[in-house]
Amino acid sequence: MCGIVGLFLKDASLEPELGAMLAGMLGVMCDRGPDSAGFAVYGAGETGQLKLTLRGPAGTVFSGLQSALDEAAGARVAIVARDTHAVITIPATREFAIRTALAQIAPDITVVGVGARMELYKEVGLPSDVAIRFGLDRMAGTHGIGHTRMATESAVTTDGAHPFSTGTDQCLVHNGSLSNHASLRRDLVREGLSFSTDNDSEVAAAYLTSRMREGDSLGEALEHSLKDLDGFYTFVVGTETGFGVLRDPIACKPAVMAETDRYVAFGSEYRALAGLPDIEHARIWEPEPARVYFWDRAA
Amino acid sequence: MTSDPFVFDLAHQTVRDLNAALHALPPGSNETLWRVENPRGLHAIAAGVDADAAIEIGGSVGYYCAGMNKRAAITVRGNAGVGVAENIMSGRVHIKGDTSQAAGATGCGGTLLIDGNASARCGISMKGVDIVVKGSVGHMSAFMAQAGTLTVLGDAGESLGDSIYEARLYVRGAVKSLGADCIEKEMRDEHRAQLFEKLSLAGLAGEVDVSEFRRYGSARTLYHFHIDNLGNY
Repeated sequence: MCGIVGLFLKDASLEPELGAMLAGMLGVMCDRGPDSAGFAVYGAGETGQLKLTLRGPAGTVFSGLQSALDEAAGARVAIVARDTHAVITIPATREFAIRTALAQIAPDITVVGVGARMELYKEVGLPSDVAIRFGLDRMAGTHGIGHTRMATESAVTTDGAHPFSTGTDQCLVHNGSLSNHASLRRDLVREGLSFSTDNDSEVAAAYLTSRMREGDSLGEALEHSLKDLDGFYTFVVGTETGFGVLRDPIACKPAVMAETDRYVAFGSEYRALAGLPDIEHARIWEPEPARVYFWDRAA
Repeated sequence: MTSDPFVFDLAHQTVRDLNAALHALPPGSNETLWRVENPRGLHAIAAGVDADAAIEIGGSVGYYCAGMNKRAAITVRGNAGVGVAENIMSGRVHIKGDTSQAAGATGCGGTLLIDGNASARCGISMKGVDIVVKGSVGHMSAFMAQAGTLTVLGDAGESLGDSIYEARLYVRGAVKSLGADCIEKEMRDEHRAQLFEKLSLAGLAGEVDVSEFRRYGSARTLYHFHIDNLGNY
């Protein structure tokens, strides 16, 4: 089944509330996907800096990496630990050095997301518990997406939880199942993309990354996926400045959207949107099949 | 007879309690007016009612609202999720906003009135319900429809009436495409009279000109397996 939520703020005064709003939406979607959950939040960023989201085994003491990271970065690295994850802020030019150092000193730590602004968290467990563990309700940002998973195509693992990130500041959540993911994965591997799971949704994320690498905008990449992806899907996608939604032409997987002067919100069900500010006066609609919707802050 | 509605607030009471109370209404009950507040998109609100009650729901509802309805008149002052009034037997369900997929699915009788748009598969496998949509309907509406009427004042999406049996489809606007074995049919006086009656049920008598509608129904070539039709199955 799975549940998806997404929130894109137009009114900057809501930005401190982003995490709290998203946590509320995610909590309501627990019964669509009680296995595991994840979310990506686009928060503050600094010019010339990159944020790496790391994930380690339970009990990882991320502060123990401080001196090794500082050395690899050639500067003081800010580490913000949240449960099994930590976000480190590094000079953008030192990404390769940091990844190399991490692989050597802490091989059980994985980099799950990279971006100027994106932070990405996911874990196995009841979505509302996962949100509490990472303190989602205290996070600020401009936009975010979240997912509650009921696994069908691959195992219930943290790696199999959404969102999937296959490019800088890019992430995707998916409700549905793809039928041509194996052949598409082979093509994408040939193009040089790498995969960390056998999950079909990761293939969709990598496909969009591949299109955007070739110059597509998020909207164009989603348009292309209508032709190249076969299966059932409702996608919600985030980029550094953008937020997109796409449903397959059959539109089996549910989707409801709401828009006011202050935000655009997505939910698998209206229930997820019912607690948002001034929802009574929002424009509410069901996204049409095979139609790309996207919003961009840079536009 | 009491004139004050029986109020149920779903911010403090559960859908299960609401439905249990509605299901327990004895024949001839005086508790005929019900108001449901704070529905917040919850599922299965007022499903399985079999009573001469008027139930007004003060906001948007989730899946399967008014499912299996018998006799009751249910009004939703908002939008409805998947499968509103699915398998409706009798009575009247009125949605003031839009509905999601499969509105009125498998409905056997009664009336479903949708003031806004209905999305995909409206009236799928309908078996006698009368559905009136003031807006437009999505793709695959009236798929495998067997009996009843679907009246659409707006447009219809792709594959209208795919594999239809005997239901009558009246559409005023554009039809994007017809499904397998669905064809346009002549609009005769009996059909204009029927359409007028259905529009009257929806309170639209005199407001809409029946001559603006086209009728669609079954070509009846897929009823029995025929090897030449293999490509259509």
